[in-house]
Amino acid sequence: MVLEARAITVAYGDHPIIEALNLEIPKEKITVFIGKNGCGKSTLLSAFARLLKPKAGSVVLNGKDIAKMPTKKVARDLSLLPQAPVAPEGLTVLQLVRQGRYPYQNWLNQWSTDDERAVRHALRVTNLEDLADRPVDSLSGGQRQRAWIAMVLAQETDILLLDEPTTYLDLSHQVEILDLLFALNRAEKRTIAMVLHDINLACRYADHIVAVHNGRIYAQGAPEEIINEQLMRDVFKIEAKIINDPLFGTPMCIPHGRGRNLIKQRQQEQFENRQPTNPVAVKNR
Amino acid sequence: MSEVAGVLKNPVAKGIGLFLCATLVIICMYLSVWLGITNVDWRDILHAYTHFSGTNIEIIVRETRVPRALIAAAVGASLAISGALMQGLTRNPLASPGILGINAGAGFFIVIALSFLHISSMSALAWIAFLGAALTSVIVYGLGAFGTERLTPVKLTLAGASMAAFFSSLTQGVLTADQQSLDAVIYWLVGSVQGRSFTLLLHVLPYFVIGWIGALLIAAKMNTLALGDAVATGVGQNPLIVKMAAGLIVILLAGSSVAIAGPIGFIGIIVPHMSKWFVGQDYRWLIPYSALLGAILLLLADISARFVMMPQEVPVGIMTAVIGTPFFITIARKGGWR
Repeated sequence: MVLEARAITVAYGDHPIIEALNLEIPKEKITVFIGKNGCGKSTLLSAFARLLKPKAGSVVLNGKDIAKMPTKKVARDLSLLPQAPVAPEGLTVLQLVRQGRYPYQNWLNQWSTDDERAVRHALRVTNLEDLADRPVDSLSGGQRQRAWIAMVLAQETDILLLDEPTTYLDLSHQVEILDLLFALNRAEKRTIAMVLHDINLACRYADHIVAVHNGRIYAQGAPEEIINEQLMRDVFKIEAKIINDPLFGTPMCIPHGRGRNLIKQRQQEQFENRQPTNPVAVKNR
Repeated sequence: MSEVAGVLKNPVAKGIGLFLCATLVIICMYLSVWLGITNVDWRDILHAYTHFSGTNIEIIVRETRVPRALIAAAVGASLAISGALMQGLTRNPLASPGILGINAGAGFFIVIALSFLHISSMSALAWIAFLGAALTSVIVYGLGAFGTERLTPVKLTLAGASMAAFFSSLTQGVLTADQQSLDAVIYWLVGSVQGRSFTLLLHVLPYFVIGWIGALLIAAKMNTLALGDAVATGVGQNPLIVKMAAGLIVILLAGSSVAIAGPIGFIGIIVPHMSKWFVGQDYRWLIPYSALLGAILLLLADISARFVMMPQEVPVGIMTAVIGTPFFITIARKGGWR
């Protein structure tokens, strides 16, 4: 399954967000879209997921324009988890996950053993078997997001698109969700493309990063090849130092700015201690 | 937390519950035919249909009691189903057909027909009410679909509420100017199932039946739509088509109900919540439960309406309001059955 955008222009009303953009999502890899708020990265993901129809150009799945394919057929190859989805009150985890089988159902064929197997598998890999009968709205943030991911997994698609799957989660749950997606990618060879806000986690989990700026692709490639101080300056409008993550060796971004700077403070103290005979310093004391 | 997902857990329990509800509907219909200023025996009922001899009691059974019971059951079921669909469509637990402006629109058309066109035949008025309901729905849908973001729940609710206010004001304006039609229309405006003929029910029955079947067919799709447009699209649904189909069913059911019984409130709000308490968030069960519970509730309200001020009858629209208001406040305070 290959998913690519061919010269797509996407607009809200008359205001174009993305213009004539080409991009191929690398097969069986994890791709992460990064960029400032409002740069068009979520719009791009929505276009790939056919939530937004391009004004020009086309999104192509295995050589076919997805706008011209039956939507249920697309849903068997391409699944989507939107940003911060809300489950109806009282909906159980099992009921939610079963909705992932929608593209395999029709009037005649309501619920097959294949559907049941896919749902069980999704619950198992997301470690939700014990919570299957609990209402989704009674779960913790991390469990809830796992339930949504289980729904998407039950769809059994080669390609998964996720819009900020870690938003509103605390750090431990962010790592939990990204670990789950990483494991799925490595074990089941699923192509994953997602939007993330945290550059450091993006560099750790992504095989391929697409930096979006003003509706264009500023750079794309392996994190260690493209993430540098110039990119941070141009794309995020921030001065930052890029170092190697001490645990993973992947790029790690340390932004400049204000705040309690202990290093400067210490340097200042050392400077003053080293020169006690400085007439100005003595005078000031 | 368990009752949020419904007190009846497995399909067997839900099926038995549904069977009990159906039995209750039949019992309530029997009570509705039996009880009143003159109580009729089951033998009278049997006689009225097997050996009709034209006695007063037999005429009451055939012309008044039986049509009334059937209309109450059909209208109660239809209002409850359209309420369940509305709450799903707008993602608002307090939504009901009234919120689409359907009742107000139908009411306005009736008043115009009575005061300016001098139409007074019951079946003609029913058609006019239906026309008013349908036209209002189309306007509300048009307003809701206007703009770059198409058909969001908030826009739909706002459009409905403003059209309801608009038509109510116009209705009141006409009524203040024209006192005569006030008396004729007031009984209709509060809603009642009394004095409606069997032929009136037959006129709208096709719409009811299409609406009921349509609601059952669309139930599984409503479950998917409830996850939001983006998720529904992601799993391969076209949310716009499902919304339009559900909207059409609401117009058919609520429009037909208001046409024969006037605007009966609260059934559409209360019953879906009662059904949710039994079976949880699954429209495949919610729709049949809402239909049966709606029928039971309106039948009971109509029966009690006969006894509150004996020998005078209270319009059933007032009875449902009396029963419904405390319920409505409870839902609003708790935010559903939480």
